[in-house]
Amino acid sequence: MSARILMCGNEALAEAAILAGCDAYFGYPITPQNEITAYMSRRMAEEGRVFVQSESELAAINMVFGAAATGKRTMTSSSSPGISLMQEGMSFLAGAELPAVVVNVMRGGPGLGNIAPSQGDYFQATRGGGHGDYRTIVLGPSRVQELADCMVLAFDLADQYRITVMVLADGILGQMMEPVVLEAKQRRELPPKDWALTGADGREQNIVRSLWLGEGALEELNNKLQAKYQQIQENEVLCEEYQMDDAEIVIVAYGTVARIARTAVDKAREEGINAGLIRPITLWPFPTKQISAAAETFRMFLTVEMSCGQMVEDVQLAVAGKCPVLLHGRPGGGVPGVEEILEKIRQLTIRTGAA
Amino acid sequence: MIAPNGLYEEIVIAGFGGQGILLAGKLLAQTAMKAGREVTFMPSYGAEVRGGTANCMVIIADEPIACPTVSQPESLMVLNKASLSKFGPRLKPGGLLLWNNCLIDSRPELNGDVEMVSVPADEVAVELGAPKSANMVMLGAYLQKRGLLTPDQASEALRDVLAERYHKTIAVNTEALRRGAEFAVCHA
Amino acid sequence: MKAVHKRTPVLKDCPTHYCPGCGHGIAHRILAEVIDELGIQGRTIGIAPVGCAVLAYNYLDVDMIEVAHGRAPAVATGMKRTNPDSIVFSYQGDGDLAAIGTAEILHAAHRAEPLTVIFINNAVFGMTGGQMAPTTTLGQVTATTPAGRQARGEGYPLQVSEILALLPGTVYVERCALSGTVSIKRAKAAIKHAFELQMDGAPGLSLVEVLSPCPTYWRMSPGDAMKWIKEEMSQVFPIARLKG
Repeated sequence: MSARILMCGNEALAEAAILAGCDAYFGYPITPQNEITAYMSRRMAEEGRVFVQSESELAAINMVFGAAATGKRTMTSSSSPGISLMQEGMSFLAGAELPAVVVNVMRGGPGLGNIAPSQGDYFQATRGGGHGDYRTIVLGPSRVQELADCMVLAFDLADQYRITVMVLADGILGQMMEPVVLEAKQRRELPPKDWALTGADGREQNIVRSLWLGEGALEELNNKLQAKYQQIQENEVLCEEYQMDDAEIVIVAYGTVARIARTAVDKAREEGINAGLIRPITLWPFPTKQISAAAETFRMFLTVEMSCGQMVEDVQLAVAGKCPVLLHGRPGGGVPGVEEILEKIRQLTIRTGAA
Repeated sequence: MIAPNGLYEEIVIAGFGGQGILLAGKLLAQTAMKAGREVTFMPSYGAEVRGGTANCMVIIADEPIACPTVSQPESLMVLNKASLSKFGPRLKPGGLLLWNNCLIDSRPELNGDVEMVSVPADEVAVELGAPKSANMVMLGAYLQKRGLLTPDQASEALRDVLAERYHKTIAVNTEALRRGAEFAVCHA
Repeated sequence: MKAVHKRTPVLKDCPTHYCPGCGHGIAHRILAEVIDELGIQGRTIGIAPVGCAVLAYNYLDVDMIEVAHGRAPAVATGMKRTNPDSIVFSYQGDGDLAAIGTAEILHAAHRAEPLTVIFINNAVFGMTGGQMAPTTTLGQVTATTPAGRQARGEGYPLQVSEILALLPGTVYVERCALSGTVSIKRAKAAIKHAFELQMDGAPGLSLVEVLSPCPTYWRMSPGDAMKWIKEEMSQVFPIARLKG
């Protein structure tokens, strides 16, 4: 077994990507994820793999597009403004059905915003982000270990479904150090990449494209994509439920906020308030069924996010009016503290008489 | 903060960029991890660190740590005046404050029952011929005072947190940790 | 009976969507002949642009990808870096390479990526309806320069090849034309050389600019279009080996 080592999230995810067999990393510096680019520049060279510092995020995602088209495991990373710039490439990856991994270490927005942690890119990440009817799988880990584990999963999901997988972290998760155990994990059984551009030697020409001009051809492609998304929604939802059995108030939070909310839940329980936590790990596919099931019993739902209320819409869709859904959101780099969440829990439970 | 029966120590180390604030925090976190504790280390980052203020938050606990940010530390090490003004008022009642009396000219005035240790961190470091090791003097004093981990354990972790090109400074950093601890025994 | 002329096997047996007199058909033909003659059909990966040649993969029988507008050199970088034994070329028009994709071509060249770039310059945006390109000549009437391109307000024709030739990361830059038998033969030789450099592991980017007729949006007969390249366009974009 490998030893516990102290690593920041950015470096841990980079090393995990290498363990997952990432053949090529392309990226452009942006805070708060610069440790990834710097780490990869050293480690990929040591491993005899590909590292390129691109001239822009636009170039980086297109380098990923190129490497992915040849069947290689490839990734890029950036932070919010850079991810916006990558949306063109993300849409093309979806249209061409190429596997890729994109890490977004979110910072405050809109615009150049700031470099503080944020979850303001939830809509962009879970709704596709670029033009057209498409989705990316979005993983929202909560700890450095989980962030590292997500990288392995991300490469497997990408290859299995020929899809872009986004790992959605934030400035805290990228920068904080925590003990991690990094070891090679077994890969899923994956389909062969017989579509890859490797040179048409002794076989028919392979074409990777996202342009479908023939009548009905693009509709057909979209139907195929939707069927794939449906399959992902059925099979790949990940979600943690904590103290849910008797919970009268349910916090829904992901990523860094979920860690903070978990402490708040524990403290609420110490005060005799029956609080629970649902932590979506896959943000798309969203754990709609789990939240819907939890809403079969009447309870209060409180979504806590580092944004002005984005995931709360998915929670509302899942709860479908069966229970009240409230929001505590902190935008622009504000991080909700334990006391702050706890106070919100107290207020809400007094009002409903749960305490 | 939680785990009432177990250890849950929240620490903030703060100063200005270049004082080795983040290194001291990393060393503390690494030492705690090697001692089998759960730990998180959260640095301030980005442009503000260069030439501005630097701080980091370290949590040492028996159970997995939920929240990596610290609003009310139990222990606070401040190496300059601005950091004292920023973090001093957040110190938990009954908490421990170690302050660098070389760069903070008057005794801090904090409300509540706070234990204060005045450490001549820069002076001791200069005496050692290693003015950059004031961070280690401060950390040594903290370790001695708090008693969760020893300066020897920290010295053993130096190798893990220092880049290889700085391994030549391990001896002097070890000495700085020891001198800080000694100071805490004799003067506090 | 002896066959004197055959379809090159790298060119697929199908009609193209190009307009009568368009240069793309000629450019595809000589490109296909080069790939065939060099024996690299089985290890070549081609990149089609956004522009009239977006469907190039329907005509060229090699592994091909179609990419976002202007991004071909970045995509090619990703391919070649991860597959150094593959022969990677991009086929880009003047909108693709000289307008929206200037950053990508400049930086692929500046990084000395060992790629082959075929740059088709027809002084106009063909696919979208004959709008001004950066390479449109002064006075040239297009859909978006109804009074003819004016330097003031619409800028000067952009000579990308000359700029790229200045960079240490390019090993070969040549401008050719498809304006007659002799010039077409010279263009083919240039394209062949650009591929050979990549095959030989030359340490940088090779680019062949090809002045190519667009009779439709030049509003000329194919014959006059050939003549216009010789007499007008090549005054602005001189036919020359610019580097290597």
